[in-house]
Amino acid sequence: MTNTCRFNDAAEAHAAPDVSDLVWPNDPAEIPDWIYTDQRIYDLEQARIFQGRTWNYIALDCELPNPGDYIRSYIGATPIIVARDKDGKVHAFENRCAHRGAEFCKSYRGNTKQFICPYHQWTYDLSGALASVPFRRGVKGVGGMPADFKLEDHHLRSLNVTTRHGVVFASFRDDIESFEDYLGPDMLDQFDTVFDGRPLKLLGVHRNVMPGNWKLYQENLKDPYHATLLHTYLTTFGLFVAGNKTMIMTDPKGRHSTLCNARPQGRPENDQTKSEIRSFHAAMQLADPRVIQLIPEKDSPWTSNAITIWPNLILLRQTNILGARQIVPMGPNQFMLIWTTFGFADDDTAMEQHRLRQNNIFGPGGFIGIDDNEAIKFVQDGVMRSIPRHGVAPLGKDVEGPEVVITDRAIRSMYRHYREEMGL
Amino acid sequence: MLTAQTMTAKKPLDAALRRDLSFAVQEFNADYAETLDRGDIEAWPSYFTEDGIYRLIARDNADSSLPLSLMSCEGMGMLKDRAYAIAHTEMFAPRYVQHQISPARVTDFDGEIITAQANYVILETLVDEPTRLLQCGKYRDKFLMQGDRLLIKERNCIYDTVLVPTCIVYPP
Ligand code: FES
Ligand SMILES: [Fe+2]
Repeated sequence: MTNTCRFNDAAEAHAAPDVSDLVWPNDPAEIPDWIYTDQRIYDLEQARIFQGRTWNYIALDCELPNPGDYIRSYIGATPIIVARDKDGKVHAFENRCAHRGAEFCKSYRGNTKQFICPYHQWTYDLSGALASVPFRRGVKGVGGMPADFKLEDHHLRSLNVTTRHGVVFASFRDDIESFEDYLGPDMLDQFDTVFDGRPLKLLGVHRNVMPGNWKLYQENLKDPYHATLLHTYLTTFGLFVAGNKTMIMTDPKGRHSTLCNARPQGRPENDQTKSEIRSFHAAMQLADPRVIQLIPEKDSPWTSNAITIWPNLILLRQTNILGARQIVPMGPNQFMLIWTTFGFADDDTAMEQHRLRQNNIFGPGGFIGIDDNEAIKFVQDGVMRSIPRHGVAPLGKDVEGPEVVITDRAIRSMYRHYREEMGL
Repeated sequence: MLTAQTMTAKKPLDAALRRDLSFAVQEFNADYAETLDRGDIEAWPSYFTEDGIYRLIARDNADSSLPLSLMSCEGMGMLKDRAYAIAHTEMFAPRYVQHQISPARVTDFDGEIITAQANYVILETLVDEPTRLLQCGKYRDKFLMQGDRLLIKERNCIYDTVLVPTCIVYPP
């Protein structure tokens, strides 16, 4: 049986909420508070962005290496299951029983031959196709399913799935460009710097809930301005200081971006740009510098790449840390962040230990992970509790090149694209 | 099959000794909690041996044998670096944390190393916000008995609260 049951334009199924009272400011540097707080905007985002023509990150291949392996995941706010069938094909389908709607899969990950909803034991195969229902003919010929009941009309709603270099993306839409075209050549090149096609090895997953609007996380990684100011750990120990070779670029549509940084060999010298940064202590050294030690492994001029892929993925390569951060919106005022951390399958034990040690930097307990999570809460507290108005993202000019990094250019370009996709 | 020999090798701890050791671990945990609850993070490494190991691990990762930790320190250098980062480089809203640690359960003692566990709950309070549950978890510990003093040789904190609320600043 194959499961071809799609969502049938879920986005169009509900009447779009009326948002005509929300007017975007004229100044392109201004960003209105209501995009972070309004429930109607949130609903519209689910329909137009996450259920629209976007490729959403849902899993890594290495999380489901064997037939029957599955994980719980999300596309937008919608709970899904990603599973590998017995032929090795990866499927993604809604985690909602076709009978009475139960979110039936309650395990983070596992291996199974089939999915059985516990409520009335409707049974689905690894593609989400309905395989059997109990008491189909009733008991002693009485009750049961109507005569015209067809299993194939009640498969789980499935998604369009694509994979590149071990990373699995899904879309509600079949009429969407290829993932490669979605990224464009420059971003694809960046993507391939992190995922060069070598098999990956899963190291573990962190989850945290963030009291903030999901877009603040996209902004955070498109914001090179904060890197040397908020992240004192980076500057204190010389991982990233103003004056490093750095660039930020976006795709032509402005929806994806990459922020690259080349860390100097050894300790950075004092230069005048650092007088702006109170936290640079030329004399500070880690007691155990293994945490920031760079073991060369990539033929790349950059020691860190922070790639944002619209709408729900951040790919992070920092020193020898490799990670995918999945954004899961949970209403206008909060989102879940799923940090999937990995190495390469051919890493030796020492390299794996090194990556694990280095992962102290990121995650919801990370030396710099904490800074960003807290800063995002600060912003959400501010926009929720004060008198609504517009924030500003005025730094830099839109025409400037990728080497200008004290800039809000990538944030502005994301919102240009956002307004188009949202019809705002 | 269980032979007489393997059975004697796993002789249960003498009850009185076990009570003494449990009491020692409990006193240790009370001091450890007091140091962290007071916010004295730079005194935290002093609870460990020079080669002490500290790990904070989500229970689902532990259950799936995935090695990633939310925090991990191998030895005094990394413990001190973690403490320094919290005290001097990380940006976070001021907070109170309070540990509630259950009575310790000692499972083994080889004359030098005490193997023990205890459940913990950490309550966190931010300015103008109601107190919330930050973590509940289990310490899986190995203590080195040094004279009448205990030091952590290895502390694995396995937390059930897999969906972390915002972030965890101070180590549990
Ligand atoms: S709700 Fe799933 S079988 Fe009834
Ligand atoms: Fe950041």
